[in-house]
Amino acid sequence: MSVLVFVEHDGGEPTEPALQALTFARGYASGDPVHSLAVGLEPDGLGAYGVGTLHVAEHDVFGSYAPAAVAQAVVELAGRLLPTAVIAAGTDAGNEVMAHVAAKLDLPLAANCVEATPGDPARVTRVRWGGSLLEEAALHAPVKLLTVQPHAVAAIEVPGEGPAVERFAPVLGDADLTVRVVGRTGESAGGVSLSDAKVVVSAGRGAGSPEGFAGVEELAGLLGGAVGCSRAVTMAGWRSHTDQVGQTGTKIAPDLYIACGISGATQHMAGCKGAKAILAINVDRDAPILSSADYAVIGDLHEVVPAISAEIRKARS
Amino acid sequence: MRMLVCVKRVPMTGGKIVLTEDAQAIETRHLGFTISPHEECGVEEAVRLVEQHGGESVVLTLGPPEAVEQLRDAMAIGADRAIHLETDVEEWDPQATAAAIVDAIRADEAASGPFDLVFFGNEAADSGNYQVGTRVAYALGRPVATGLRGVAVGDGTVRCEQEAPGGRDVYELPLPAVVTVKEGLNLPRYPSVPGRLRAQRKPVTVSSPSRPPSRLEKLRLVVPEGQGKEATILGHGPDAAPAVVEVLRELGVLS
Amino acid sequence: MSTFPSDTKALVIGCGIVGNSLAYHLTDQGWSDVVLIDKGPLPNPGGSTGHASNFIYLVDHSKEMTQLTVESTRQYKEMDVYTECGGIEVARTEERMEELRRRMASAKSWGIEPVSLVTPAEIKELVPYIDETILLGGFYTPGVGVVDSLRAGTIMRERAVEAGALAVFASTEVHGMDVEHGRIRRVHTSRGTIEADTVVIACGVWSPLLARMAGAHIPLTPMVHQMIDVGPVPRFERSTKAIEFPIVRDMDVFMYERQDGVGLEIGSYAHRSILHDPEEIPSLEEAALSPTEFPFTQADFDPQMVDALDLMPEIVGDESVGVKYAINGLISLTPDGMPILGETPEVKGLWSAAAVWVKEGPGVGKSLAEWIVHGESHIDLHSSDVSRFHAHQQTRAHVRARTSEAFPKTYGIIHPAEQWSSDRGIRLSPMYEREQELGAVFYEAAGWERPQWYEANAPLVERYGVQPREAEWDARWWSPIINAEHLAMREHAGIFDLSAFCIFDVKGAGALDALQRSVLAQMDVAVGRVVYTPVLGPRGGFKSDLTIMRLGDEEFRVVTGGAHGMADRKLFSDQLPEDGSATLVDVTTAWTTIGVWGPRARDILSGVTSDDVSHEGFPFGACRTVEIGSQLVLASRISYVGDLGWELYVPIEQGARLWDVLWEAGAPHGLTACGIGVYGTTGRLEKCYRAYAAELESEYTVVEAGMSRPKVKEQDFVGKEAHLRHREEEPAAILCTLTVDDHASASGVKRFPLGREPITLRDGTPLTDRKGRRSYVTSAGAGPSLGKYILLAYLAPEHAVEGSGELAVEYMNERYPVTVAVAGSAPIFDPENARIRR
Repeated sequence: MSVLVFVEHDGGEPTEPALQALTFARGYASGDPVHSLAVGLEPDGLGAYGVGTLHVAEHDVFGSYAPAAVAQAVVELAGRLLPTAVIAAGTDAGNEVMAHVAAKLDLPLAANCVEATPGDPARVTRVRWGGSLLEEAALHAPVKLLTVQPHAVAAIEVPGEGPAVERFAPVLGDADLTVRVVGRTGESAGGVSLSDAKVVVSAGRGAGSPEGFAGVEELAGLLGGAVGCSRAVTMAGWRSHTDQVGQTGTKIAPDLYIACGISGATQHMAGCKGAKAILAINVDRDAPILSSADYAVIGDLHEVVPAISAEIRKARS
Repeated sequence: MRMLVCVKRVPMTGGKIVLTEDAQAIETRHLGFTISPHEECGVEEAVRLVEQHGGESVVLTLGPPEAVEQLRDAMAIGADRAIHLETDVEEWDPQATAAAIVDAIRADEAASGPFDLVFFGNEAADSGNYQVGTRVAYALGRPVATGLRGVAVGDGTVRCEQEAPGGRDVYELPLPAVVTVKEGLNLPRYPSVPGRLRAQRKPVTVSSPSRPPSRLEKLRLVVPEGQGKEATILGHGPDAAPAVVEVLRELGVLS
Repeated sequence: MSTFPSDTKALVIGCGIVGNSLAYHLTDQGWSDVVLIDKGPLPNPGGSTGHASNFIYLVDHSKEMTQLTVESTRQYKEMDVYTECGGIEVARTEERMEELRRRMASAKSWGIEPVSLVTPAEIKELVPYIDETILLGGFYTPGVGVVDSLRAGTIMRERAVEAGALAVFASTEVHGMDVEHGRIRRVHTSRGTIEADTVVIACGVWSPLLARMAGAHIPLTPMVHQMIDVGPVPRFERSTKAIEFPIVRDMDVFMYERQDGVGLEIGSYAHRSILHDPEEIPSLEEAALSPTEFPFTQADFDPQMVDALDLMPEIVGDESVGVKYAINGLISLTPDGMPILGETPEVKGLWSAAAVWVKEGPGVGKSLAEWIVHGESHIDLHSSDVSRFHAHQQTRAHVRARTSEAFPKTYGIIHPAEQWSSDRGIRLSPMYEREQELGAVFYEAAGWERPQWYEANAPLVERYGVQPREAEWDARWWSPIINAEHLAMREHAGIFDLSAFCIFDVKGAGALDALQRSVLAQMDVAVGRVVYTPVLGPRGGFKSDLTIMRLGDEEFRVVTGGAHGMADRKLFSDQLPEDGSATLVDVTTAWTTIGVWGPRARDILSGVTSDDVSHEGFPFGACRTVEIGSQLVLASRISYVGDLGWELYVPIEQGARLWDVLWEAGAPHGLTACGIGVYGTTGRLEKCYRAYAAELESEYTVVEAGMSRPKVKEQDFVGKEAHLRHREEEPAAILCTLTVDDHASASGVKRFPLGREPITLRDGTPLTDRKGRRSYVTSAGAGPSLGKYILLAYLAPEHAVEGSGELAVEYMNERYPVTVAVAGSAPIFDPENARIRR
């Protein structure tokens, strides 16, 4: 009995969600061996996360991202190891690769789990509505395919050496090679990206117009942060979708999220609940966002936001 | 060009999700419904592509009788016809959904020729399973790129752009292909009144596939406990600014 | 944020346009301790005000609504939130054109000008994006405008707060109310408990829930009204204001269209009645938009898209114009279409300010504040009075049935005598079966089925040579049989079913005093006398008129018409002493009343009773019990039809028997069954007997109505001071009886005005008295005994000249010459009252 984990890495550095997935898998495995698969390079430090054997799939195609090929490597390895479960992080790439795996094997896949208990069927708790709702489900399959909701568990190290490393060259068909990254475009102009920013200042429909964001932009600028907006704003055509914070926009995890005139619809909160602290500026002290916020100012954003900017300038002078 | 867009009817939730008494579904008595956001952009894209290249766009849904509303919405912005795989109140798991869609696609292609592109949303707003499009692609033996924010059809190929850190990754797939898209692909248009009126008359083919047993079987839904936060009110109106700056300082964001 | 107080003088619940306005006006009327709360946030707590279409059409057939709208407009303009853009009601059908002519008349009656009928070409000039080829014409009111109701509410609220008289608490939800000894005492909220003697429910669609907490009733229902917004409209992109073109009401298809910035808002009342329960309204968190913006049901709007496309193809047919916003908006509807205002009859100190639209909001706020602070409002609000409802009218089923029936008529053409078809047959008199056998055509009042006329009397039409009415509208909801019954009564006698009277007994040691306080007339009369009296408000205008019988030293029976009976009951209950020395008992359904009037009435009655009913033995204005066979009957010798006769009261279970006895006794005397058509119209018009809500309103004084008595009683009564003043002044108007000289319209068809038409000079100039009131027809109907058509109207003294031939009545945009037959209240028929007092 073993568990196989697909580990994403950034040039050899395992991603945080991948380490979380390993921690999750360890729990699921309950002492059984944990195998991991990486493509291209050998990621570091996996022994500290309980990986017994690291399998590295090598092929030219892995020079760039090729989800079908990665999935085929997983499938081939799983065919040899016969694990009880194949687990990956529930990131875009993780879900994509595992969807390919599931399709190839025609097995069910439970995406974005926060909990899983082995069994026949296995019991999982997975995320719906971007995190605003949970689903308890039974997974009926000889091999359980799961991805792990990022940040559902923390990555926890355990004492351990290794892992043992095995390399292999998966046999890939033409179809596996068709879907691969062949180029890059739209390199961002610099400036703070929404997903990386330590501070994000957002506004919703209450901004009133595209021009109504002037105060928000000023405040974001003063704090070295990025400007975000709600879906209503993008749907109205006031700002680009790249500024949208929410379930179908960008999911952010800044140190501070300042939400101005945003009521806190569940789809929006799904995008910002990763923030370490949330400050809500709203006329309605019963707005739903206040039950997810750490701080609040009750008032009109057009009055409050400029006042904060002025106060910051004062504090700095 | 022949385009197919697969859409799902989802409720438009507010600030709080309330479940039915049996915890099997969201209480939707007060809620409106819409096409799930990602695939709304898929519909817009398919319509634009047909406007550009000529041909036909078809919209399909697996859903309850009421889901015909979403099909009419799609046809109101330009989809030519619709396929409704009517279900009852039970949910279909991703494999069952994909299988029914594959059957419908095969039947339609047998009659009218292959779809150059089949669009899916990257994931449905409600169930968020991330897999139906990929499964359909494999069953049809077609390549699939997911999570796309750019789609351009060329000579027998489709150029796909996928968000990646710092930019976008580009794929080129031969047609016919399957793509799953994300909101941000385009800004969907609002239907016009003539569009809505035409949509009423566009054809909808209805069938009622039977649901196989679920292998990812929903047992119940649970609203996660709030973090139990109670926001500290720093003040009212602009007078709260000094208190806010104090907090900014404490949080270390005021350099 | 200040702390929530534990007590206040007045607590207003609800921060929509009404609550804000009322809170302000209470402080403006002098109260300095008012608290205003809402469970939602400010400035938009999420009620109907927040998504209202915000336009104000001035002209309504109802005088009350028009007055409230005019006052509201004045306030909106003063607050600078009114944008005048004009409004056009367009007609696609000839029937609608007739209706627009009626609106011209109402405009003239209520003093709204300028207004005009416009041609399709003129409409096109005003609204270039309209397809005028599908229209026959329109009714143009340049003064129509749109308001920023949220801003207005905020301004009013802030004024009162700045004056230090008002404290406002948003996000404060009411959980319960305490009532003690029939008075409101305190309200429990999410912020704490607050004691108050005056609590006002201004909660729009939520109002019934709040009322229920205190055991009171506010019978309204939330109802959907669909609206969409399309845009951006290329033509509107050049606009500098939110609205530059007139609002169009396309009433034949129940829709309206108005510019809203770069968009066009399209509203519909054409869909099926979609009702919701107040309990169903979601909380702010659960609602995707606001609690009163429900998800749009596209299927219900499909036909309207076609209609909008037909009317405004330039915009609606433009493929680049998208449907950006679409909701099923919740509004409050009531069973009779009027607001619900006033102190609830169930709980003293608990007031209702509900079912009010943006166009009446500030006017209602001011009027209600006057009522609360001074006991009466300047604008007569009798049609909106919360105490008007009979028990069955407060039930959910009735409210739903009537509002469902009313909703499709929102822009409908409603005949003044039109009857409801839903929820009928609730209150049946004991004579109902007899009436059915006589082919009664039943009209409803206060839930009672009352014969308006009897088809069995059809042969009388030929006998008396009654002419039909040629025009369909005039003949609708009418029959020549009414006139024939009238003539039969005047010739022989008529028998009337008067079961719909509201009757209450006031008893006890304090009864006389309580009644003295309540009414104008002297009540300390001999036992066995009937007093007919007005009931006045504090400002000396009419609140009611009714009769009171003194049945004993400490026993009085008040009898009033069913339509206003419940409001009247509250007037008297309010005057009962605190010490319990007088009680009021509603005995409406303990008694039934049969009226017998006409020259043969005494012959008939003396044939069935051996008690003395001679003129000397049983004088006019006396009441006493007589034996009719085995029945003890309270006979009251008064007459609302101006002929000899009695009202006969028996316990309700004996009504059929009494009817049968009188019917048999009456046969040889030519007794004819007569309906309310005679009782309510022809009979009284010939005698200039006024009716409440027609001639008698709070706007008119006792002197102007011609009802002053020689002396004013010593005892104090409501309105005494004002009444004494009125007696000293020259009346600004005099109630007159006019007759129509020539009924022929321009096309030769004879027309018959039905009421509320303006009285003008022959050239159409309206008449305005020195108090600014227009002259209009308060009641209209045939005077068959005279062969004349009678109109009652108030005329300024300079026009109230008998024989004057300078006047006309304007009906369907044509003028018909009228003559002042009587200036003052003397009856045109039998002026000496010989027939009654014989």
